[in-house]
Amino acid sequence: MADDVAVKAPAAAGMQSPLQRERARTIFEKGEPGRRAFTCPELDVPEVDASQLLAPEFRRSAPARLPEVSEPELVRHYVRLSKRNFDLDSGFYPLGSCTMKHNPRLHERVAALPGHARLHPRQHPARAQGALELMWRLERALGEVAGLPHVSLQPSAGSHGELAGVLLSRAYHEDRGDHGRTKVLTPDTAHGTNPATVTMAGLEVVKVASNADGGVDIEDLKAKADDTVACLMLTNPNTLGIFDPHIEQITEIVRDAGATAYYDGANLNAIMGITRPGDMGFDIVHFNLHKSFTQPHGGGGPGSGPIAVSERMEPYLMVPRIVRGEASFDLSFDHPKSIGRLRGFQGNYGCFVRAYAYICSLGAEGLRDASEVAVLNANYLIARLRELGVAEHLPLAFGEVCMHEFVLSGAPMKRELKVRTLDLAKRLLDHGIHPPTVYFPLIVDEALLIEPTETETRETLDGFAEALAEILREAAEDPEIARNAPYTTPVRRLDEAGAAKRPVIRQALDAGDETNA
Amino acid sequence: MSRYTSVTPEDLRAMLAAIGVESLEELFERQVPAGVRLGRALDLPAGLPEQDVYAHLRDLAARNVSAEDEITFLGAGMYDHYVPAVVDMLMERSEYLTPYTPYQPEVSQGGLQVMFEYQTAISELTALPVSNASVYEGPSAVAAAAYLAKIANGKGRVVVSRGVHPHSRETLRTTAAGYGVEVVEVGLRDGVTDGDAWADAIDQDTGSVIFQNPNYLGAVEDAAALAGAAKDSPAVVIGAYDPIPLGILKPPGECGVDVAVGEGQPLGNRLDFGGPSFGFFAATEAYLRRMPGRIAGETRDVDGRRGFVLTLQTREQHIRREKATSNICTAQALNALGGVVYLAWLGREGLVELAELLLQRTHYAREALTALDGVEALHTRPVVREFAVRLDVGGRDSVSAVIERCAAEGVAAGVPLGGDYPEFEDGLLVAITERRSRADIDRLAEVLGAAVAAERPTAAGVA
Amino acid sequence: MADASYPDELLYHAEHDWVRLDGDTATFGITWFAQDALGEVVFFDPPEVGSTVTKDDSYAEVESVKAVSDVIAPLSGEIVEVNTALGDKPEAINEDPYGDGWMVKVKLSDPGEKDALLDAKAYEASLS
Repeated sequence: MADDVAVKAPAAAGMQSPLQRERARTIFEKGEPGRRAFTCPELDVPEVDASQLLAPEFRRSAPARLPEVSEPELVRHYVRLSKRNFDLDSGFYPLGSCTMKHNPRLHERVAALPGHARLHPRQHPARAQGALELMWRLERALGEVAGLPHVSLQPSAGSHGELAGVLLSRAYHEDRGDHGRTKVLTPDTAHGTNPATVTMAGLEVVKVASNADGGVDIEDLKAKADDTVACLMLTNPNTLGIFDPHIEQITEIVRDAGATAYYDGANLNAIMGITRPGDMGFDIVHFNLHKSFTQPHGGGGPGSGPIAVSERMEPYLMVPRIVRGEASFDLSFDHPKSIGRLRGFQGNYGCFVRAYAYICSLGAEGLRDASEVAVLNANYLIARLRELGVAEHLPLAFGEVCMHEFVLSGAPMKRELKVRTLDLAKRLLDHGIHPPTVYFPLIVDEALLIEPTETETRETLDGFAEALAEILREAAEDPEIARNAPYTTPVRRLDEAGAAKRPVIRQALDAGDETNA
Repeated sequence: MSRYTSVTPEDLRAMLAAIGVESLEELFERQVPAGVRLGRALDLPAGLPEQDVYAHLRDLAARNVSAEDEITFLGAGMYDHYVPAVVDMLMERSEYLTPYTPYQPEVSQGGLQVMFEYQTAISELTALPVSNASVYEGPSAVAAAAYLAKIANGKGRVVVSRGVHPHSRETLRTTAAGYGVEVVEVGLRDGVTDGDAWADAIDQDTGSVIFQNPNYLGAVEDAAALAGAAKDSPAVVIGAYDPIPLGILKPPGECGVDVAVGEGQPLGNRLDFGGPSFGFFAATEAYLRRMPGRIAGETRDVDGRRGFVLTLQTREQHIRREKATSNICTAQALNALGGVVYLAWLGREGLVELAELLLQRTHYAREALTALDGVEALHTRPVVREFAVRLDVGGRDSVSAVIERCAAEGVAAGVPLGGDYPEFEDGLLVAITERRSRADIDRLAEVLGAAVAAERPTAAGVA
Repeated sequence: MADASYPDELLYHAEHDWVRLDGDTATFGITWFAQDALGEVVFFDPPEVGSTVTKDDSYAEVESVKAVSDVIAPLSGEIVEVNTALGDKPEAINEDPYGDGWMVKVKLSDPGEKDALLDAKAYEASLS
């Protein structure tokens, strides 16, 4: 029987939900010696002395201390554990910059087809024509969305695609004999992966300022875009949800300086079928298939980060490439200027299957529709928040209209109601809503980055706006409520500082092992 | 076309009115300059209803020959293990499939506890105290480990064995070209890393040394000796391991390895033509604060409940930005869930039994194949689940012809070595999983024997 | 430490570091403003005894749960002592930034540099 937790919060004592009452126990604390789920197939070959096959000096002295549980125990443990998670299927998840749109279930069905799921990556191309054709068609579709002719599906995630983009830029310059380009320009609103990527690629980050409207400061860009710059990395719309009206001028300045222009596709959901990074003047675009193309987020992956590039970047693209011959598709490795590979095999094919199914389902019109409604929903939400008086304490940080996401500032709320963005987020959990992204982008004080996506109904958006309004009303009367929220979640606010000071990152199995328990 | 949006004409009217614009078009006109507007439909086929999309994807699947359609002995890093139904069921649950990275821990205890359990399982498997919550896959994990070493000691060289997977070595080269480290390869002798050449290659400017166990040719390496050779150098010892053999192999933590990485696909994940899977990444305590990727840590909530949070986040991109230990944002959480569930399903005894079964069947297979005319062992080192043979048929093209003959008989005989190892151009890599019964292995021997015999006369006169 | 405080006997650097002078040795730490901005400190990564610090350059890092900050040297010199107690109790930086939260002791290489530092009043004024 699970231990009850002695609840210290007043009022709540004795009034816990079953999920709150149940003590968290890992699978390693369950089961008993001798229990098992797996039945090993019979040894059907003549048995040979195992120590002859693998000498004792190369063997473990004791087995890894994995759990010993039966299948029912295993299932109960992980199914019960799943209920301690909030998820997109269950509720609204307006995480800005993450594009939490519905994950169509057809995709799981087609991805599970054995012809896709049980295909070995080293199968001969002649016997993987379905896979190669799928990848080739996906490349063409992504290239069309991006407005750039050449695509590699290889990178494992968006930030992996970024690394590819920066390495491609380096290769391009070095191939032209230009070895002085050591800098990458990124705006101060950039996602954290951008500067981390630049360092991994051996280059130096130089920040470009934002202007009062949240776009790139053109004068600052002109001053910094010189012949020591390899690349500009930009997201457009940016992380404030604003489409930079000077985007053509920006890429022109960068190209005139001899540098490449890289488009971070994290915000592609705003522009599919409406405008294209290639047409804006970019050389390289990465896609997040787990954002705009519905690959489920999985609690933190898998993702996939294909890139599309311009003609001048093509020679340096990773190998293998998918090529189409007269009668068949093939993998091609003979590209002497390629930067090489960034991972094993061909990339996250399971994600390609899902993204391809999505593109087949929606088609040209549906992709455009998705972006249009994403923008509609975000602007409608701003209007509802304004109507409900939320904007007074949570004003829009920039502009009046937005693309697919927008940023509110919690600074007035903090000042006047003594409740921070963090507290608002925690109180939203009690409303069964996942909070938006908080404290990002860095240039907005007490930021709240909200991206509803196109798959939410009007009623859901109304419900969210009303929840925010209610939390503000409640805060005006008693700020302590939000400050101590959440109350109804399986656990309440957690001691993150303690977890960082004295990290315990695995289950202790011996009495002497360190533990926070 | 299919659609997942819900906007009716009535919704649209009301929403535009609330926003205060006449049309959706107006919202775009105000924000996207005319000069970059596409102004035409995307040149893509029209959308389809679900049943047609299904039919199309099924047709594409039908043009692939998968492990469902033939008896496969393909390995080289990914293996056709049996994935139990409980793994599929759990990976499809909404609560695991659809949430984002756990940034609000109060409502993410499911995912965070799974990460914690996964980290524990990997720590047990590798006998190293510290594991992260997964990285993308095997080859990029190797490259990430070398990057960790570069940040830790700043040295300019990486020494890597040719026994390491070709994709890992290539990925290492591509990324090392970025942060500026020289990659030095050490060759193989008798199927394992040449110990003398390895020791000679390691000097005071060596930042890391990397080997794989079992190596690409399936041979068990002397990990302790390889690690020991780096003792008097600054090098971080990195071992790339196959997780199933780790059920019985001496783990990296007991061999002097500092960082253990590997391809996690064999643990409960599909082949999926190469991805998604996950990479595992474990290390000694000293490297805790330099680990890439997410890490889940245990803590308490305000009421004293045990709980889990993402911890040591200051290593990561979203905080440390240009000084981050890597740029990973999205990783492989769902695949790692599959991994830990699979390990719990196998259980303490089960993983050992599975590895011992593979040991026996692999031995049987190697004996059976090397008894064939024209087939000899490429090396005779101990193997656990994969081995390499030489086909005396006259080189790479003939090896390919042998493979085609076997394929026509419904058997994928193995992965040819010649493309990645010019020194083994007559080589074939054969992998055994628990799904390959004795009857399957006997069939391989029969088919391969016939194929080699058919190709050998063609080789006559070609020296 | 709940309330802002900037002791008069110390000197201050614009990047939120304080100096306690003792002849040609000085003790460094971070100010109340800095620890307040960081939040609860969870890790202090100290430099090695014997290493050199240069005025205006970073010599260490201090981490909270959600942020990392460079610690800037207000003066130049050689590190003669490091506060190793911060390894177990990094929160001393928050609780007692000018006392138990001290970070390093330095033998100054150019004591004249102190003329560029601010006094308590000037530093506090610079914060508004």
